[in-house]
Amino acid sequence: MDGAVISTWLAALLTLGIMSFVYKDNLYYKICEAIFIGISAGYWFITYFWDSLYRIAWIGVVHEGRYVLLGGVVLGAMMLMRLFGKIGWIARWPLAFIVGATAGLKMMVYFTTNAMAQIHGTVDDTMVAFGGGDLYDLIGRLVILIGTVTGLIYFYFSKEHKGLFGGVAKVGTWFLMITFGASFGYTVMSRMSLLLGRIEFLLTDWLKLVK
Amino acid sequence: MGLIISAVVIGGGLLWMLYLSIKGQDVDRRIVYVFVGATVALAIIFRLEFGEVATPIVKSVFDKIENLPAGSKIVLSYDFDPAMAPEVNPMANAFIRHILEKKHRLYFMSLWATGQSLLSVSLNDVLKPEFPDAKYGVDYCNLGYKAGNEGVLNVVITNFRKMFPSDANGNSLDSLPMFKDVESLKDMDLLISVGGGKPGVKEWILFAGDPGKVAMAGGSAAVSAPLLYPYWPRQLIGLLGGTKGAAEYEAELIKTYPRFKDKSMPALRMMGPQTMAHVVIIAFIVIGNVAYFRSRKKGGQL
Repeated sequence: MDGAVISTWLAALLTLGIMSFVYKDNLYYKICEAIFIGISAGYWFITYFWDSLYRIAWIGVVHEGRYVLLGGVVLGAMMLMRLFGKIGWIARWPLAFIVGATAGLKMMVYFTTNAMAQIHGTVDDTMVAFGGGDLYDLIGRLVILIGTVTGLIYFYFSKEHKGLFGGVAKVGTWFLMITFGASFGYTVMSRMSLLLGRIEFLLTDWLKLVK
Repeated sequence: MGLIISAVVIGGGLLWMLYLSIKGQDVDRRIVYVFVGATVALAIIFRLEFGEVATPIVKSVFDKIENLPAGSKIVLSYDFDPAMAPEVNPMANAFIRHILEKKHRLYFMSLWATGQSLLSVSLNDVLKPEFPDAKYGVDYCNLGYKAGNEGVLNVVITNFRKMFPSDANGNSLDSLPMFKDVESLKDMDLLISVGGGKPGVKEWILFAGDPGKVAMAGGSAAVSAPLLYPYWPRQLIGLLGGTKGAAEYEAELIKTYPRFKDKSMPALRMMGPQTMAHVVIIAFIVIGNVAYFRSRKKGGQL
């Protein structure tokens, strides 16, 4: 029996084990789940060890003399201090560094490309559509504009949602509901694709019922 | 014949469940699971397939790769794990086929550790057997995985060599001919991220495509696709959303290059079972509502 056959059988038995959860929680499922978690943790540990600790930190500092990397190594070591009760507070410093650096890195990027560029696109494209786009495009742009404005109004809580303001907020609620529905539909499609992938594997590679 | 058998089995089952619901009897959730599984299995066994036509959001990615002059530089990032692979791996393979068929230069990389392993599968199963003349370092190269998420992009947008002194095989980037005129991501003609989690297409737009003013395209698992549509068409030239998007791209590829007709096109193959499964789920929603409204009319409780 060659390695490919063994790996196919192993994959098939693990797939069936995980799928057995739809019947009810059972020992077979728990074993497969534990194997999955163990292998995932091992894979990530080894990857980070070789990629970050060895290739970047060890080679960078010892072989290439990039001593600036020692800062990262020290911060990483400080992170592990939380494992030791009394000096666990030291781990807050690298954590503060990560939070600060990440916030700084993302703040301007999100503001310029996520907020400003999106507002610009919404307004500009609508104006262009009014200026000479076809009817289909114009309707599409109007729907986006109305959805954006009414959606924002729904999240404005400084004024009570009554009268005209309440009506506009209600339209916003409808847009949100339709968006959630579409998003849920996509989620179903995504999960179904995963099921398809596994059933196709069982029928094609394992049982060889389909070529 | 397969369609008729599937329709009879699935239709019969649905009518039976509708009957039970109308009678006010519960349908065990496990029966629902088995029914969905059987529907998918039947559609796979009988190879039910439906024609696919590329929608504008998919066609624009295809046209971009198609219209770039030969030798253009394209980055393809594998930002996914095995759980997402059935959905997004077909996209990545279709991109590889199209890009190399057009004689562009292909730069592989990954922001996910698991992407590196899945990339090696694509290299061995698609690139090497189907493009035996493609030379490593000249036509394609593999930069591998780097930890750091969007931080990696923040560096390579100004300097590749700072983050990737060597490729995944340990070769210095300066020793690869295809890196001679490449300093950073800004020197690329197109960036493509295939994924569905974080970091993924969104991070590529925010930290590479937009700041570097480089054309950006993406392939995403369906679950993340709705969050990416707002970026199209200004910040994202096109998007392949889920299996449907992948199938549309594969259909367009076969239409333009018939030589790929005999190659494995998993997304096109999966669209038949996918469609059947969706029809069944819609039927379940209808049956559930019929049962609910009947119960309410009778004043009963569910």
